[in-house]
Amino acid sequence: MSPTRSMFEREFKAYFISPIAYIVIAIFLMVAGWFFFSAYFLRGQVSLTTFFTLLPIMFSFIVPAITMKLFSEEYNTGSYEMLLTLPVTIKQILIAKLTAAAAFIAVMLVPTGVYAVSVAFTGDLEWGPVIGGYIGAVLLGGVFSAIGLFVSSLTRNQIIAFILAAAICFGLTMMDYALFFLPESILSVLQYLAIGTHFANIAKGVVDSRDLLYFFSVVFVSLYAAYLVLSEKQ
Amino acid sequence: MIRVENLTRYYDDFCAVNRINLDISRGEILGLLGPNGAGKTTTLRMLTGFLRPTSGSIRVKDFSVDKDILEIKRLMGYLPESAPLYPDMLVYDYLNYVAGLRGVARSDRLSRIRGMVDMCGLDNVMHQPVAELSKGYKQRVGLAHALINDPEVLVLDEPTSGLDPNQIVEIRDIIKQIGKEKTIIFSTHILSEAEATCDRIAIIDKGRIVADESTGALKQQGGQENYIHLTLAGADLASVKALLNDVAGITEIREAPAGENGDRPDELRLQLRCPATSDPRRDIYSRIRQKDWDLLAFYSETPSLENIFRKLTREN
Repeated sequence: MSPTRSMFEREFKAYFISPIAYIVIAIFLMVAGWFFFSAYFLRGQVSLTTFFTLLPIMFSFIVPAITMKLFSEEYNTGSYEMLLTLPVTIKQILIAKLTAAAAFIAVMLVPTGVYAVSVAFTGDLEWGPVIGGYIGAVLLGGVFSAIGLFVSSLTRNQIIAFILAAAICFGLTMMDYALFFLPESILSVLQYLAIGTHFANIAKGVVDSRDLLYFFSVVFVSLYAAYLVLSEKQ
Repeated sequence: MIRVENLTRYYDDFCAVNRINLDISRGEILGLLGPNGAGKTTTLRMLTGFLRPTSGSIRVKDFSVDKDILEIKRLMGYLPESAPLYPDMLVYDYLNYVAGLRGVARSDRLSRIRGMVDMCGLDNVMHQPVAELSKGYKQRVGLAHALINDPEVLVLDEPTSGLDPNQIVEIRDIIKQIGKEKTIIFSTHILSEAEATCDRIAIIDKGRIVADESTGALKQQGGQENYIHLTLAGADLASVKALLNDVAGITEIREAPAGENGDRPDELRLQLRCPATSDPRRDIYSRIRQKDWDLLAFYSETPSLENIFRKLTREN
């Protein structure tokens, strides 16, 4: 078994050993369920659009709670020294931790499948946008995880890691709503950087290569920044 | 086996390790001795690839730390100070995980883990989370972590710090047992420990190596002088000095520094320095016998490592 896979398994299991995972999942499902179903019958629309529209804002706070420990805890207990002196590379560590967080987010999304099923009972649900929405949700989770991973590599304090990551994720999410304040010259750049438009496309069921490119470049930039931080620490 | 040349490491402006040279051959047990903050941990961290040297080179067998760090990590088992393990994992899961990462084949893993359990005495704690272990058991799991893939080199950073006397002896025995086949580098600030376990001792102070010799040679250097301790009741310093003044082989008579039990006013505690080649004890005793003093203690001591260590780490 490759080292990346071993580390991935350890990280993934570690989520379920501590109670944090269950608390985070419970809070996520409660908030998501309440927002979704309280508006669902008022709208009278057979789709999951409201759920997916709210997802970036919810993830801005949920995902940093998942990723805050990734490096901060290792620094704090000193286990980072053990990890780095095992025959593994920094790249493998980063990939293992990122995929573990993304996999955890995917697991967290599974119970929301109930929403889709119960909505399908009330009318004719179009499954295309739902599947697209879930692909987008996992990508979004991956992007925020990468940002959280990078921030976690900066500090040994988990609270700082959480707040900073949440601020960045929330900022990227809210950028869409702040765009009309800005001069036209920089508008297009910021619009490209804002996560909302890219996610909205995918959530509609349109998987465009430009949006995929955006997601993967944010992941890459975050991972590379984390790589630089960890190399600098040596 | 391991060759360290001009190894230097700065933390910002602070020079933690200053142009260190070390040559360690296969099967040797090297003790890295020094006061706190001397640069021991930094040196070991560079050897194991946790820190990168600012300058200088490290070669392990034919691998250089710049290019083949992964190979070097495979050859080395490392136990950092205070054994920082993942607190939420069970001991068995942890060892299994490490065995996997360090390339122990799946089919051999169980027997390797069993071997480690026997060697480090982990039978009772295999299914406990690491966070619940006592310091001694944590250290033993750390040792198992370092040894699980049967590495050629073992690097231990203060393996006995914070342990009780029984545990210290146990860990030392394990080190000695392993040291029969493997190259071991370990750091400590406990002199008797280095003396009891190491073939060779390197004393490091303020980032420099101030002595690097076999344990025997280093002890001999320190043992060029003997101390004779003498405790008398009913005597005063001046009259003792007058009495023993012309005894051959005594180079200095002085009052001993205050002892642990506190000085009692009626007792005179003396320290006589004399070269290792002479033994004036018979002469001293016959002279004291003529006086009306009570002889309470009378013994000679060879201050070995401790002397050398203090001399080297204070004067520099």
